Amino acid sequence: MIARLGPPLAMALLAGPIVAGIAGTLLPAFGFLPALGHSTLSVDPFYTLLAEPGLARSLVSGLGAGLASTMLALGAVMLFVAGWIDEPVFQRLRRGLSPLLAVPHAAAAFGFAFLVAPSGFLARLVSPELTGWLAPPDVLIVNDPMGLALIAGLAVKETPFLFLMTLAALPQTPAGPSRLLAAALGYGRVAGFLHTVWPSLYRQIRLPVFAVIAFSTSVVDVAVILGPTTPPPLAVRLVQWMNDPDLAMRFKASAGALLQLGVSAFAIFAWIGLERLAGAVARALCGSGFRLRRDAALRLIGVATMAAFAATVFAGLFVLALWSVAGLWQFPDSLPDRFTLAGWSDVLPRLADPLLRSIGVGAAATAAALALAVPALMREDETGAPMGRRARLLIYLPLLVPQIAFLFGLQTAILAAGLTPSAPLLVAVHLVFVLPYVFLSLSDPWRAFDRRYEAVAFGLGRSRTRMLLTVKLPMLAPALATAAAVGFAVSIGLYLPTLLIGAGRLPTVTTEAVALAAGGNRRVIGVWALMQATLPAAGFVIAAMLSRLVYRGGPGRT
Amino acid sequence: MENMGLRLDKVTIALGDHDLLEVDCAIAPGEVLTIMGPSGSGKSTLLSFVAGSIDPAFRASGRIVCAGRDLTGLPPQERHAGILFQDALLFPHMSVGGNILFAIPAAERGRARRRSLAEAALADVGLAGFYSRDPATLSGGQKARVALARVLASHPSMLLLDEPFSRLDADLRGRTRDLVFAAVRARRLPALLVTHDEADAAAAGGPVIRISA
Amino acid sequence: MLKIAAALIAVLAASTAAFAADPDPANWPAVLEDARGETVYFNAWAAPRTSMPTAWVGDEVEQRFGVKLVHVKLEDTATAVNSVLAEKTAGRTEDGKIDLIWINGENFSAMKRQGLLLAPGWAEKLPNYAYADVEGKPTLRSDFTIPVDGQESPWGMAKLVFFHDSARTKPEEMPKSIAELVAWANAHPGRFAYPQPPDFMGSTFLKQVLAESVADRAVLAKDASSVDASAVLAPVFATLDALNPNLWRAGKAFPKNYPALKQLLADNEADIIFAFNPAEASSAIAAGELPDTVRSFVFPGGTLANSHFVAVPFNASSKAGAFVVADFLLSPEAQARKQDPKIWGDPTVLAMAKLSAEDRARFDALDLGVATLAPDALGPAIGEPHPSWMTTLEAEWTRRYGVAN
Repeated sequence: MIARLGPPLAMALLAGPIVAGIAGTLLPAFGFLPALGHSTLSVDPFYTLLAEPGLARSLVSGLGAGLASTMLALGAVMLFVAGWIDEPVFQRLRRGLSPLLAVPHAAAAFGFAFLVAPSGFLARLVSPELTGWLAPPDVLIVNDPMGLALIAGLAVKETPFLFLMTLAALPQTPAGPSRLLAAALGYGRVAGFLHTVWPSLYRQIRLPVFAVIAFSTSVVDVAVILGPTTPPPLAVRLVQWMNDPDLAMRFKASAGALLQLGVSAFAIFAWIGLERLAGAVARALCGSGFRLRRDAALRLIGVATMAAFAATVFAGLFVLALWSVAGLWQFPDSLPDRFTLAGWSDVLPRLADPLLRSIGVGAAATAAALALAVPALMREDETGAPMGRRARLLIYLPLLVPQIAFLFGLQTAILAAGLTPSAPLLVAVHLVFVLPYVFLSLSDPWRAFDRRYEAVAFGLGRSRTRMLLTVKLPMLAPALATAAAVGFAVSIGLYLPTLLIGAGRLPTVTTEAVALAAGGNRRVIGVWALMQATLPAAGFVIAAMLSRLVYRGGPGRT
Repeated sequence: MENMGLRLDKVTIALGDHDLLEVDCAIAPGEVLTIMGPSGSGKSTLLSFVAGSIDPAFRASGRIVCAGRDLTGLPPQERHAGILFQDALLFPHMSVGGNILFAIPAAERGRARRRSLAEAALADVGLAGFYSRDPATLSGGQKARVALARVLASHPSMLLLDEPFSRLDADLRGRTRDLVFAAVRARRLPALLVTHDEADAAAAGGPVIRISA
Repeated sequence: MLKIAAALIAVLAASTAAFAADPDPANWPAVLEDARGETVYFNAWAAPRTSMPTAWVGDEVEQRFGVKLVHVKLEDTATAVNSVLAEKTAGRTEDGKIDLIWINGENFSAMKRQGLLLAPGWAEKLPNYAYADVEGKPTLRSDFTIPVDGQESPWGMAKLVFFHDSARTKPEEMPKSIAELVAWANAHPGRFAYPQPPDFMGSTFLKQVLAESVADRAVLAKDASSVDASAVLAPVFATLDALNPNLWRAGKAFPKNYPALKQLLADNEADIIFAFNPAEASSAIAAGELPDTVRSFVFPGGTLANSHFVAVPFNASSKAGAFVVADFLLSPEAQARKQDPKIWGDPTVLAMAKLSAEDRARFDALDLGVATLAPDALGPAIGEPHPSWMTTLEAEWTRRYGVAN
């Protein structure tokens, strides 16, 4: 019964807010916002939008950054998996990359900026000894007009996500035998893998790739930190317009949000075109018998890129930590003159409230997501049919629709429904984003569960519920704990939804971090970004301990 | 006597438009009916149909009667159909003793009594003293015996054997087979064995149904 | 029939009760009584040092008046403006989420125009308004030339001040006007920057250029759309065009805001920066963000100055509580703390002459810090232009430099 309710309930919870939100964006985009005295429909907002100077550049930079960073991240993952699967370094990097998934985007971006800016840590390390620089060189690295810093920052942060998605899909491909077969036919590792395994692997990670494109073409926080500024990408300008004191800008902002929806959709279509192209090239190469026997250099590029990406995030966190305790730290000193805990003592007293809220909302949204995902998966067990294409698309919907396109409208819709910002409301909105990740990370181990265990339990006279409680869920405890940690990490990292739905009254560690980072003080940024990165990490540690506890303290263990 | 056994009444299994098999037979208590056939012939599906956990992708018809009870349509947990697979499938989050306790019917009350029943069940399969062991530390043969002890402890009214010996090496296979068939005879359980190993069929000693793909 | 009449009476009673609930600051004891037990949601931009004074204010108003103060930190004040607008959109005319907003200029103008503020007059009836320096500081009654009309209560003053590091650059070589600054930048390319408008520090710089470029500043009090704005702005952009190629990063990127600008001075990427708070450099030195060799300077011809305020939205839930907080922020005690560079460093809005000797002593006792200019060394104050000028300037700036790459 519960299981039967699961899927429709999950769908309503996922699609409902998005539909309501897009409606709330659509109406002002066509000039309808009674509070401002506009209660007739018109297309004027679009004219105003199109007259905006530099709009084309904003479109191109968002689109380009999204596509280029996705290509870079996917390419790195592809080369690395192709060249190094079954090698010890694969397992080592796998362990190194997984925690990076939990590092919030804003924290990673700040760390990257603090690292590579002309006055950044890398320049300080080698100056003035190697460079002769006493002042930082006047070169544009971060916020460059081409968006190269943004592309690099996004690629670094998206790589762990695509890598883990690839890992999850690997067991469902005949990777081992195919690779051996290709090797026997004289193909190099990379070429053999790409010809035989990659096509079926890619089919399975295609939706996550689309989600990455949708995210990176409409990202706000990373783009504000690393992206071009003259002009910024469209999504950043949208937030500026929405926040403009000139309230009439809302119409333009709403029209822009629809345009952003179009840009992200276009990016995905362009990607599909690229897929076709790549497929044709691959088939041609395959048909020509191109074996790429000597692929050591290519393999080296694969592992070096992955290692560099991982090292960048870790080094970035280290520099954030350094700044959080830095006193006066002038260029080109490699280390601060003196260390001080002033930043921390300034922040700590104000930490309790947002910290508790982050944990509470994250835990509640995660618990709710599990309570929905488990029945949905149970229902799958009962019908024996895995989720259809449409349902899978629906699960990904909140990840495929740019947040900005529906959150602003959702805020208006919630208010129109007479609801005040409250913790339960925040949990509900977080759930929209948490549920897909929880479902996706739980569904693979759930489906991989050996169902003969269920038959054994039934044969021993156990009912479905008892079987679930005493056999299946305990055996899936590690997977459940990991899914919970993923969900928690997603909830902690949510910025725009928390800001817009909480209306500033429900601050979390992340909204505080970005709000105070708006103040631009590197010490304050260091403290908050570290706090923001610590919470999800703690979630994963607790998950690991919990699942071990379940195995140790099971029934009959004396 | 006929009344006490397991009866498969005009059972058919189909996948889509493709009829896989048709069985109409009776198995007396203590008797092992062997079904042989290549993989994909639907023989394992027949077992899951009897157990009540058939994959909804298959269509099955016919009646299953055991000890005079019509099981058709009953949920799996009401059928008392003990199953042994080719893997022992011991619950990894429980100790060996926990696995047995899990099987003992709830009607057996009292911690001490349940524990002594579990210890006895282990002793019956030659594993006295294994109560607190972690299943992960057992050898393949030991695991198979715990699985047997576990299924017997649940007082099943029949035994379904899904190639339970195929993963064991030749020597171990013979001994485990003897142990299982001895238990079937001693407890007078009707048993249904699915296998592709002629030696299994010979050792079972009962009737054999051969199905083609 | 009787039932209908009873219902009508009930409705009438309820509506009069609602009217009666709007507190009147002229009857201060009633306001204090009303306010006890209320929670005031104070939406204020999260400036680096705002949290310290507001935490103290929160403790004090809770102890003295039983009012609980919650500081809602904003990235941008416009967020709060939009939040009130969204409430109006949704028809929520009472029990609003925001009780008090830190505000001035463009945001105030927008809220006033859209009818998002509490009815005029309340601010001038607050008991501590008696000490406000309305004669000496015309910006208290004319916020960016918009009449305040008692719809916002003064909180602090701001004055544009420039900083340099005396260990790297000589005080006597610092420019004394925008024209000299352009020449200095030409001689030292890449060593000056201003935050990217519409960041308010960036826009402030544009307005300083505007004020020094126009022949007659009277035109800046008018709405930009009522005059030939492009003629007025032509010399402004001639100046900015000359400056742009010599800016930090050749004007291809701009620092995001003041803290980013401050970091440029600390990192030796820029030699001249500026802030809207005369005590800012001293505070930054104390915090270890800038070396103690940093010093302040102003232009002899004057620099931009304004006031900032707190306002109450039309639908605030705790209006009495908001009045109590606004009045407390205006008290000599709170104002002296706000002027303390260790806490904030904003010049006070109060007139020293109106204060008691005891209250005056609070201000005299302040150590303004090594890099802070004395109040009489801050130079002439140039008033803010009408908000429409800023909008026009920002739009044209964005068209020329903001989307140029």
